[in-house]
Amino acid sequence: MEWLVASAVAAMTSAGVYLILSNRTFTVVIGLTLLTYAINLFLFASGRLAVNQPDIITDLSLPHADPVPQALVLTAIVISFGMTAILLVLAVRGFFESGNDQVDLLGPEEAVAKTRP
Amino acid sequence: MNHWLILPILLPAMVAPLLALAVRHDLMLARTFSVGTTVLLVLLGMYQLGMTADGVTRTYSLGNWPAPFGIVLVLDRLAAIMLLLTAVLGLFVLLYAINGCDRQGEHFHPLFQFQLMGLNGAFLTGDLFNLFVFFEVLLIASYGLMVHGGGPARIRAGIQYVIINLIGSSIFLVALGLIYGITGTLNMADFAARLPAVAAGDSALLHCGFALLLVVFGIKSAAVPFHFWLPGTYANTSGPVAALFSIMTKVGAYAILRVVTLAYGDLDGPVGWFAASWLMGAAMVTIAAGAVGVIAARSLGQQSCFAALGSMGLLLIAIAAFTPQAGSAALYYLVHSTLAIAALFLVIDAVILRRTGFGDALVAAPSIPHAGLIGSMFFIAVVAVVGMPPLSGFVAKLMILQATASLVAWPWIWGLILISSLLLLVAFASSGSLVFWKSEQVAADIEVRRVPPIALPMIAVGALLALLVCLTLCAGPVVRFFDATAEQLFDPRQYIEAVLGTTREGRPS
Repeated sequence: MEWLVASAVAAMTSAGVYLILSNRTFTVVIGLTLLTYAINLFLFASGRLAVNQPDIITDLSLPHADPVPQALVLTAIVISFGMTAILLVLAVRGFFESGNDQVDLLGPEEAVAKTRP
Repeated sequence: MNHWLILPILLPAMVAPLLALAVRHDLMLARTFSVGTTVLLVLLGMYQLGMTADGVTRTYSLGNWPAPFGIVLVLDRLAAIMLLLTAVLGLFVLLYAINGCDRQGEHFHPLFQFQLMGLNGAFLTGDLFNLFVFFEVLLIASYGLMVHGGGPARIRAGIQYVIINLIGSSIFLVALGLIYGITGTLNMADFAARLPAVAAGDSALLHCGFALLLVVFGIKSAAVPFHFWLPGTYANTSGPVAALFSIMTKVGAYAILRVVTLAYGDLDGPVGWFAASWLMGAAMVTIAAGAVGVIAARSLGQQSCFAALGSMGLLLIAIAAFTPQAGSAALYYLVHSTLAIAALFLVIDAVILRRTGFGDALVAAPSIPHAGLIGSMFFIAVVAVVGMPPLSGFVAKLMILQATASLVAWPWIWGLILISSLLLLVAFASSGSLVFWKSEQVAADIEVRRVPPIALPMIAVGALLALLVCLTLCAGPVVRFFDATAEQLFDPRQYIEAVLGTTREGRPS
């Protein structure tokens, strides 16, 4: 169980970091999504791994699952979902406005053409 | 239970949807609502600052859940100072923006209010995960404000800004997971109380978590090596937004100050603060990077971005010293630099609006309308940013130099601060004389498509600069208040008692 979760977090994090380092917005978005998956899984582990245990604590001496990380993961999922949506909208708009989906800032000659109101 | 505490979050949170839904087609009404709300926030900030003058830390339990289980809002002197600073900065930036900048795109005012809500929440919260949530609130509003007005360069810079902050949020969550996994709490006061009891075997993991937390706050406050987002973001966004963002980097500095003093209040105790030397090193490189960037910049916008970076370096030096005296100096410099950098960004925006075809590039161009007035404002703002006498920048710098005199590395720190001030002075003197004086000699008439009105923007900038003058004139009482704030900050027992109160008894461990 520990090995499974740990290796899943490791695999998704490394794949995510690799993809984030690329210079295309689409790949970066995929990489960020993978990274948030890895982190959501990691947050579960912070409450210690427990299978088939109730998360409503009636008696502390009985085995139970920690409910707090589950609430944290829920919040983290919602937030990362919203953020990814924003990034996608920006990436699409950036593609249409500048003609490519590079992450880099505009070069000097492109920047000259930029219009500041 | 003091219901005043939640108003700085609630007020913008109620007004922003109203602005977005009900008055979206009536710009004048939206402006009235937005300015009215911000004025109320300023009054609220003043009231709360007065409230904290007695030195009592006030708490507010959301949903009336007792402290370590529910989320608490905490109002102490530091939080009150930051709230008032945010509101005042927000008001004058808004006054500048309603002169036309808010017309360049949709939803400027709702985003602005959500931004204020996120900032106020981040300053008030007493819970680490709630801090993360308010960081996201202020970030998601800042994404919208950052690309407000559009254009390829701005969108491209916006994408980078969003990506960097998403990575930062991910690291924040890892840090929170580690801290929760070890201590079993996310309440800052509870965390501080439990820290001494952490098993020796777990301390390495906890240090990992804390170092990651520091990385996140470093990204927010643009400390080297996490500063790369700042010049691109600030230089490509509109002037008022850049001015508002001058408080955003301070959120990171505030979080470092708050969390480290709370958790490691007794710096030499059994759980000593392990990252002080790293933070000081990063701060020193940041101030150097800022100064070199100002010298190398090829436009006024870039210069002010790197000046903002350098000011963060100086602020972090004062924070990294972690003594009450340095803390007081850091607070004074924080207030000063936020207002000064914001004024500089606004003045430069006023220049850009009038230099059609030249923008803020450092080349001689035909002189601009109102050059005398704008040039004087630029001069005063630069004097403040560089830290020359007679303005408050000089007082702040002097306080920081004094506070760092007892450190081992003081010759390096003093050298860096003084040399970087000199570089800033040289760079801004040359760019200012190029833009405002040499331009007089270029014969051609500049073709301004539409001379924007001058009155309101200059009132906004003038008010920011007048506040700096007040900060200088009232330095005595202000510094006494900041001394008391730093004292409160470096004695976390009171904070912990105020938050946890008597609920610590009978709590399951």
